[in-house]
Amino acid sequence: MHGYMHVTNNRIMSAEQIIFYIFASILTLSALGVITARNPVHAVLLLVLAFFTSAALWLLLEAEFLAITLVLVYVGAVMVLFLFVVMMLDINITRMREGFARYLPLGMLVALVIAFEMALVLGPQHFGLERVPAPMRHTAGYSNTAELGSVLYTVYLYPFEIAAAILLVAIVAAIALTLRKRTQNTRYQNPGEQVLVRREDRVRIVKMLSEQEGKRS
Amino acid sequence: MNAVTHFVTPDFLPAAPEMFVLGMACLILVVDAYLSQNQRWITYTLSQLTLLGAALLTLMLHQTEPSLTFNDSFIRDAMGGVLKLFIYLVTGLVFIYSREYLKSRDLYRGEYFVLALLAVLGMMVLVSAHSLLTLYLGLELLSLSLYSMVALQRDSAVASEAAMKYFVLGAIASGMLLYGMSILYGVTGSLDLASISRGAALFTPGEAMPAEMPGGNTLFIFGLVFVIIGIAFKLGAVPFHMWIPDVYHGAPTAVTLFLGSAPKIAAFAMLMRLLAEGLGALHGEWQTMLIILSVLSMAAGNLIAIAQGNIKRMLAYSTIAHVGFLLLGILNGTLSGYGAAMFYTLVYTLMSAGGFGMILLLSRAGFEADRLEDFKGLNQRSPWYAFMMLLLMFSMAGVPPTVGFFAKLVVLQAAVEAGLVWLAAFAVLMSVIGAYYYLRIIKLMYFDKAGHDAPLVAPRDMRIALSLNSLGMLALGLFPGALLALCSRVVGTG
Amino acid sequence: MKLLLQLAAIVGLSVAIALSVAFLTLAERKVIGYMQARIGPNRVGPRGLFQPFADLLKLVMKEIIIPSGANRGLFIIAPILALAPALAAWAVIPFDDGLVLADVNAGLLYILAMTSIGVYGIIIAGWASNSKYAFLGALRSAAQIVSYEIAMGFALVGVLIAAGSMNLGDIVRAQEGSVMHWFWLPLLPLFLIYFISGVAETNRAPFDVAEGESEIVAGFHVEYSGMAFALFFLAEYASMILISILAALMFLGGWLSPFQGIPFVQDWFAWVPGIVWLLAKTSFFLFLFLWFRATFPRYRYDQIMRLGWKVFIPITIVWLLAVGLAVIYELPWWFDHE
Repeated sequence: MHGYMHVTNNRIMSAEQIIFYIFASILTLSALGVITARNPVHAVLLLVLAFFTSAALWLLLEAEFLAITLVLVYVGAVMVLFLFVVMMLDINITRMREGFARYLPLGMLVALVIAFEMALVLGPQHFGLERVPAPMRHTAGYSNTAELGSVLYTVYLYPFEIAAAILLVAIVAAIALTLRKRTQNTRYQNPGEQVLVRREDRVRIVKMLSEQEGKRS
Repeated sequence: MNAVTHFVTPDFLPAAPEMFVLGMACLILVVDAYLSQNQRWITYTLSQLTLLGAALLTLMLHQTEPSLTFNDSFIRDAMGGVLKLFIYLVTGLVFIYSREYLKSRDLYRGEYFVLALLAVLGMMVLVSAHSLLTLYLGLELLSLSLYSMVALQRDSAVASEAAMKYFVLGAIASGMLLYGMSILYGVTGSLDLASISRGAALFTPGEAMPAEMPGGNTLFIFGLVFVIIGIAFKLGAVPFHMWIPDVYHGAPTAVTLFLGSAPKIAAFAMLMRLLAEGLGALHGEWQTMLIILSVLSMAAGNLIAIAQGNIKRMLAYSTIAHVGFLLLGILNGTLSGYGAAMFYTLVYTLMSAGGFGMILLLSRAGFEADRLEDFKGLNQRSPWYAFMMLLLMFSMAGVPPTVGFFAKLVVLQAAVEAGLVWLAAFAVLMSVIGAYYYLRIIKLMYFDKAGHDAPLVAPRDMRIALSLNSLGMLALGLFPGALLALCSRVVGTG
Repeated sequence: MKLLLQLAAIVGLSVAIALSVAFLTLAERKVIGYMQARIGPNRVGPRGLFQPFADLLKLVMKEIIIPSGANRGLFIIAPILALAPALAAWAVIPFDDGLVLADVNAGLLYILAMTSIGVYGIIIAGWASNSKYAFLGALRSAAQIVSYEIAMGFALVGVLIAAGSMNLGDIVRAQEGSVMHWFWLPLLPLFLIYFISGVAETNRAPFDVAEGESEIVAGFHVEYSGMAFALFFLAEYASMILISILAALMFLGGWLSPFQGIPFVQDWFAWVPGIVWLLAKTSFFLFLFLWFRATFPRYRYDQIMRLGWKVFIPITIVWLLAVGLAVIYELPWWFDHE
């Protein structure tokens, strides 16, 4: 079934290759859309699509943990917040596009040069199948999640801990830069106290003579 | 599952200073949350104790034989030990200098110290990195802390702008570096610097491609270019220097002081680990690139600095010029050259700390002494500090009795050794031009009239530390042998 | 042939979900009706049994109105984006031992991923409607879903640690033994947090500020009508059923018989197929959803956020630690795997 692995110039594509090319082209097009979309919300949504398709590509590589985590973390959380912010901002698109045409020729030139260089260096003559062997196909019982977990906490323990410290920096920085304590003129409730309140704290019963009795006396 | 069965618990001891700093940073973070503004000195003291403890641990664990741990992603060697000690020292000075400034600007908060300590942790990781992964993570830890420290004064528009520029350009630089690293990984199949070094040894300039590593030559050069661009961005070498003046200028001076001092040591370590240890075999290739960077940095830094009226901006351009000199030592590619570059880096960090410390000394609540005019007639106001500033400026300019002279001398020697006499001559010319703007400050201090005679108010510990720092420039200049010998001994032990 | 069979199974499952949703809406009105001493719908069919079909007919016949100034493409795509993940998540749900569409090892992760992207339909609907009520509802709902996803994810991590697998079938098999072996007991805090977070995730009462009919009329779908509205409805109820069946699978032993491990009684009920137990447990949770709606007043928005971030997340983290220790030290009864 996977005989194509060592035959690079096989004319007939396997189903897997077809899937790959479909997702790869969607990925490329949506990535292109991200930078060319007029509406920033569209750009964010196209970025979501790009994440989704790259997750699909990872699935093809049997990296299901990474693929699903990409969807879970980036699509499900990060991009939601991103979209949240972009939607609330009133971005002036015409002003952002100013100078686009002016810089276009130079930008295109640089992009073409970079693309040419990358084609020169990263092409199949350096990273083709005969140079870099295709990844090994795993047996049915293979669990990408378990494999990742077992190296993450052993071989890559040290980088993993540093990454945790980086996240700590992110938290500290985010709080330091955004949390503004308003000490004056703020009214807030303490639900604990609210619950503990008793009738005596709120209601004062005043004994008074009734109207009739008051008149009589 | 194989990894688990073969797993040997790594030796945690070499990383004890790192773990100590991280633990203390977390502790300070928690303790600080319960302190009132009047008790903030506890945070400050704990931070200083952290640096002291880390220094003691580093000293205790010092050994000349390099040792690897954490699956070869961490290296403990003599060079790393010395660099770390200097990082602690400079950061300690930074804390002392900046305390009063922070207090007067409502920045005296726990976050400053926690972020600085985490930045120190990032530098330590960078210094001890032995794989591309740890190198990159250390760099990110350092950079992220610095970005947020620059933005710490959040009501200041310039600070926010500086932080934004720093962040965006830093992110681009990280991307470049990461791309270069990924190419190196692709061609050698390893993140480990030792394996990369072995792979690079197969590199044969001129030849089509070595049989063991198909296409290796092109790929190596391609990856190398990106790595060097990334490093140059972080170092601030021309033409990747655009962020330095704006960030130095916009950040609160206490942060500029930190930014301009200790991280340079880490940047030097990054250069050493990546270029000397990892890609030493490609020396012929990167030498040319570094020469270009060095020439441009020295020229642009020194010439533009002349036109600056703001002393923070001027020192920023002077940093760029100094980076050019630092690269002179590295590009030689020999142990003596690396030793010279290390000496230059350490001396420069101390000078820079002192220079920014002087700005902090002159600043008061609501007043930034960051223009050249603010130094006018300092001699009348305080002869002693005018003298200290004189020493620092002499040292930066490279005037003989101070240590700056020796630092320049050794890197020039290295350049001459490498057969680049024209480059050395150019460097001398540039440092003569550069001397102009350092000496201008001295002229302002001694020959101009003071605009006002407000007395200098600074706590005693700051005054003592600053004086020692400046006098150190003179002392090291008179007796440079010990530090010089130390540098050339420890370098290349890894 | 295999492909066709798979396709048939997918279509069959989708139809079954749609039907369950239809009758869940009826059940909701009936249950809440009786709780409020009313009878509820009783006109269409015997005892109002055909009410959902009448509703459906009405919705199908109605015109889909696209508001002026709305972003047309996104407006139409939003209900589809809301429904698709709610249905896609069902692919890995086992209904009985081996009765599952896709026996995926990373099933739990897949479920988390799918439930987390359902929020896009809501946000896009709110934004594309060009209406401030819709937009406010979308923002509320997005913030709420993202917040509660964390607590929910942590609760699922607890299940994963306890079962040692992310395959939902294996998770159920790990609870084999008796009612006391089911994970509801050792993971009690996580169980409660999971279900409450599930209620919040689906924007159901008492966490339905995103709809908030008294303030923002109906939240994100205020501008929708006809089938487009029906799709949102379908998505919400499909998610409710999903949350309930997941709770049954992960904490109440899935298809396992509640009489397992009790001498004699377990034999009396041996003939009952597992799917019946599973559906019974699911129905119990669905009933809770309705019961909550009839009972609890709506939470205030800041209270919702406080509950999610300051109560649930810390509790889950602490309990994860406890579960981890229990698994490492093979706490008897639950984690002493022979």
